[in-house]
Amino acid sequence: MKSFGFSIAKPRSLEIDGESLERLHRLEEKEPSFKRCFNCGGCTATCSAGQFTDFNIRRVHNLYRWGRYQELGEELRKCMLCGKCTLVCPRGVNLRHLIVSMRELLNEL
Amino acid sequence: MKDKKERPGERRTWSLLPKALRPRIEVQTQEERPVVAIIGAGPAGMEAAIQIARQSCQVLLFEANADLALNLQNKYKLFPDMSDAQTLAQGMMLALEHPLITVYRQTPIKHVVQVENFHWQVFTEDNRVFKATAVLLCTGYEVFDARRKEELGYGIYNGVITSLELENMFKQEHISTLTGDSPKRVVFLQCVGSRDEKVGNRYCSKVCCVTAVKQAIELKRMHPETEVYVFYMDLRMWGKGFEEMYRVAQEQYNIRFVRGRISEAAGTFDGGVQIKAEDTLIGKPLKMRTDLLVLMLGMEASCGTKQLAKSCGIVGDYGFAGSLDPHLNDNHTHRKGLFLAGTCKRPMSLTDVIADARSAAMEIINYLSKQ
Repeated sequence: MKSFGFSIAKPRSLEIDGESLERLHRLEEKEPSFKRCFNCGGCTATCSAGQFTDFNIRRVHNLYRWGRYQELGEELRKCMLCGKCTLVCPRGVNLRHLIVSMRELLNEL
Repeated sequence: MKDKKERPGERRTWSLLPKALRPRIEVQTQEERPVVAIIGAGPAGMEAAIQIARQSCQVLLFEANADLALNLQNKYKLFPDMSDAQTLAQGMMLALEHPLITVYRQTPIKHVVQVENFHWQVFTEDNRVFKATAVLLCTGYEVFDARRKEELGYGIYNGVITSLELENMFKQEHISTLTGDSPKRVVFLQCVGSRDEKVGNRYCSKVCCVTAVKQAIELKRMHPETEVYVFYMDLRMWGKGFEEMYRVAQEQYNIRFVRGRISEAAGTFDGGVQIKAEDTLIGKPLKMRTDLLVLMLGMEASCGTKQLAKSCGIVGDYGFAGSLDPHLNDNHTHRKGLFLAGTCKRPMSLTDVIADARSAAMEIINYLSKQ
C-alpha cells in the first residue's frame, strides 16, 4: 500500500482504569502529607529550578497521580532539593521528601 | 345544614354566595393578639414560628404537603458535625407544639393580599381566608431537575444518580449499583444546575461543595475499598469546619479531588458510566469508567416561591423572592408587613436558614410592636 506519510496520533487523553493507582498508593505511604495538596501552586512559584527551566513540581506530581510516568521522564532530575517548596506549602506537604520518594519509585521502572 | 368541615370559632361572611365559592374567614384570635401567617413549614418556617410564638404572638403555619420539613427529612446527616438530620427535624416539630401555633398541613396557599390598615389576607387553595397582621414567606427551594442536563445522562443510564438519591441510600444504609454490587468507583460531579449559563443559573448553590465532601466521607466510611473522585470547578469551603472537612476527606479517606467539569457521560456495556472531563491542573483530557456518577444538584426557587413572589410583586433573581436590601433589610420586602426567610431568597445552608428565620422573627416582632 502506498504511504502518504500520514499516521494516527496516539490519544493524549488520560484513560483512568485503576491499574495505575498501585504506585500512587506506595507514594502516599512513603509521604502521607502528599494527600493534603490542594494545588495552590505555591511550590511551583517559589521553585529555584522553575525559574530557569520548565520544571513544574505541581504538574509533575499531578501527572504521577494519574500514572503518566513516561511523561515525567527527566523532569524530576531538574530539582535541586533546595526545599523552598516545603517551606511555602500551606498544607504542610513535605515536598522535598515527596520528590525523593517519587525518584525512588520511578527508578524501579 | 352545617358544613362538616367547619372548624370551631369559624364565622360565615359570604353567606349569599354558593357554598363552593364561599370563602370562610377563620378567626383564630381569642384576644387582641397579633397574628402572623407563615407560609411553608420547612426549617425556616418552623424556627420562625417557634420564635414568634415565644413572644406571645399567634402563629398560623401553612404547609402545602402532609409532612413538615420534607427537604430536611430527606437528609441523612448534616455537615459539618455529621449530626443526625432526623433528630433535628423531630426536635423542631416537638417545639412546634405550642399553644399559640396552629399548623395547617396540606394547605397550599393561592395568594396573599394586603387589605386596609396594613393587614393581610391569606387565601388557601380550598378557598379559605385567614387574616394576619404580618406574613412571612418561607416557601423554600427545590433541587435542580438533572434531566435538564441531558449530556450527563440522568434518567438514561442507571449508573447516573443524584445527590438526593445517594442521601436516600445512606438513610437505608445500603449503597449499591443497580446490579446490587457495592461500587468499586464513585465519581461526584459538582455544580449540576449551578454556575451554568446553559440552564440559566449563573449563581452558586453554596451547599453542594461541602455536601459532596460529606457524602464522599460517608461513602468511604461504609465502603473503605471504593475509589472516590470529586470533580469540581472551585471548592467553596466557606463555612465553619468545612475546610477542615475537606482536608480530612483528602488525608484520612483518600478522596481524590480533580479540578474539571465533566462534559458528558455515556453508558458502558457492563452497566457503568464513562465520563469525559479535563484535569485542568495538568491540561489534559481525561476519560474514566465509574460504577456510579453522582450529580450534585443545585438549588432553585420552589414552585411555591415562584408563584407567591410573582403574585406579591417581589420577584428577585432567578425566580427567588427579592428582599429590600441584602444588608440591613434582608428579611423585609417593599410590601409593608410581608417578610422573607430562608431559601425562598437564595440558596442557603441549614445553619444560615435557622439564623435567618430567627432574624425574620425579630424583625416581625419589631414590626408588630409598631402597629
